[in-house]
Amino acid sequence: MDYFLTEQQKLIKDLARKIAEERILPVRAELDEKEEFPWAIVKDIADSDLFRIFIPEQYEGLGEGLFALCIATEELSRACCGVALTYATDALGTIPILLYGTDEQKQKYLPIIAAGTKLTAFGLTESGAGSDASAMKTTATLDGDDYILNGSKQFITNGGEAELYTIIAITDPTRGTRGASAFLVEKGMPGFTFGKKEQKMGIRASATSELVFHNCRVPRDNLVGREGLGFIVTMKTLDVSRPAVGALSVGLAQGALEAAVAYARERKQFGHPISALQAIQHMLANMAMELEAARALVYAAARTVDSGAKDFTEEGAMAKVFATDMAMKVTTDAVQVFGGVGYMRDYPVEKMMRDAKINQIYEGTNQVLRNVIALQLLKRKALRE
Amino acid sequence: MNIVVCIKQVPGTTEIKIDPDTNTLVREGIPGVINPFDCYALEEAVRLRERCDGKVTVISMGPPQAEEALREAISLGADEAILISDRAFAGSDTWATSYVLSRAIAKIADYDVIICGRQTLDGDTGQVGPELSEMLRIPFVAYVSKVEEIKDDYMRVQRMVEEGYETIEMSLPAVITVVKEINIPRLPSLRGSMKSKTVEIPVWSAEDIGAEANKAGITGSPTRVVKIFFPKREQKSEIMQGNLEEQIDQLMKKLEEIV
Repeated sequence: MDYFLTEQQKLIKDLARKIAEERILPVRAELDEKEEFPWAIVKDIADSDLFRIFIPEQYEGLGEGLFALCIATEELSRACCGVALTYATDALGTIPILLYGTDEQKQKYLPIIAAGTKLTAFGLTESGAGSDASAMKTTATLDGDDYILNGSKQFITNGGEAELYTIIAITDPTRGTRGASAFLVEKGMPGFTFGKKEQKMGIRASATSELVFHNCRVPRDNLVGREGLGFIVTMKTLDVSRPAVGALSVGLAQGALEAAVAYARERKQFGHPISALQAIQHMLANMAMELEAARALVYAAARTVDSGAKDFTEEGAMAKVFATDMAMKVTTDAVQVFGGVGYMRDYPVEKMMRDAKINQIYEGTNQVLRNVIALQLLKRKALRE
Repeated sequence: MNIVVCIKQVPGTTEIKIDPDTNTLVREGIPGVINPFDCYALEEAVRLRERCDGKVTVISMGPPQAEEALREAISLGADEAILISDRAFAGSDTWATSYVLSRAIAKIADYDVIICGRQTLDGDTGQVGPELSEMLRIPFVAYVSKVEEIKDDYMRVQRMVEEGYETIEMSLPAVITVVKEINIPRLPSLRGSMKSKTVEIPVWSAEDIGAEANKAGITGSPTRVVKIFFPKREQKSEIMQGNLEEQIDQLMKKLEEIV
């Protein structure tokens, strides 16, 4: 399928594929096995300027936008979703600064993020506040020129490895969702420590950690947007980032489909390669169709964001839900095509199936996002009446 | 610190063809790559520039299509590239090549370190680096596996020898050739790739570098390639007969015949 990429976007795609094949593929099984954070690959990605894609040119980025970021994410994820997630999460942690940061904050942080020498993360989820983010308990209290943060964040991707965290905390408990604010918290600020690193089913090359704030003093200048804007920052940030989660899933499924096609041609039963069996052919055809449909949706959603549209909650949610459900199905079918060996760690598809699951869960579960999509539909209809 | 890297575009290894008339490699029309050893030279140059600022200039003597290799070098971090190309250079052996490169480097004038790969994949001689230093009358060290220190007009390097390495101090400007142990070359960067598509690559002719016609090209090349062929690989085996003493005697006789 031709998606009419610009020369620059083709360059990005080729380069991301080169990194994926030369640097990620040879070590992905080992990273998964050892649950090891891929610092060497992060450095390769940084040296190749891929962290610059999403950052505006005046802050030493390439100003290429979300679509180009999705292309790079997809190519990295084709080799390893865990490594690609580290990359995509760096963008997630950057979006709040891009959308709501002051000039000083942008000047201070964006060039470093563009260079890729320091990673970012986004801290919203708590043990008691998952889909219901309004139940969060982490607080930020103004004290002179500082806010004092107390509480903890759970399941934070890039946690412990990132240097800069956008943290959502309650500044006014009486105002409900309007009482939350966003803060830029740097690793090493006194009172900011890391809890346990989680042991996960999939995306094991990615780091997932607890963040702990105990009387952590954050300068007032590190408030993102205004006080009380925390939930808006969160919602808008996730609206932008969801097509990238879709891209993670598209790349993951692409890797699984390619593996399944190759294995089907190689594996012989009843005297023929199993690719001669219609049952296998139909599975492969369905995988390919659903994958391409998801890719088209993800690209369209990302391009909608880049077009400067004001509201793309629905598009982002659709791209995320459709692509992640697709990846779960395609990777499961890839294991099925492989049969017994597909279940074994010597072959890559069982890892892909494990990696796929989380995509249906994080950045809004697919159930909550279906609520979001339905709400938009119903709101539009109600407005017309 | 101004660093000059000499690179060569070589045919992809599966594509080697030999011109039956001239006994030289056919290069035109064959997809080329940067000679793999030169990639280590380029990477080391870029790393030295990152360590102590300056400029990396990549030069290559070759046909017009060698420009592709120079553009690739820009995407891998070089600042500037110059193509040294002239019909008069065709058929140059290592001596004539070194002469042409030395003239081009003399024209660049402002250089501190010249880095080459240890040898090319096609010619395999490893002679251009040392010849270049002779012609420029500057110091030379081959098989460098590490640049330990570099400043102003001084450099300390490690040279690989059969077992271990030697540490050598040298004054600058100087020429070094590097081995693959020296670094892991980086992948291209996006900014480098973008620059590589648009950057001007000047082409210097024999006249531009003041090369004398009888010293370049086939006329300037003392080497005559008589024949290039794949050596026959023969494997013979013979099983000695008799008791151990007799077998040893037979073996000794065989060995004496060979030596």
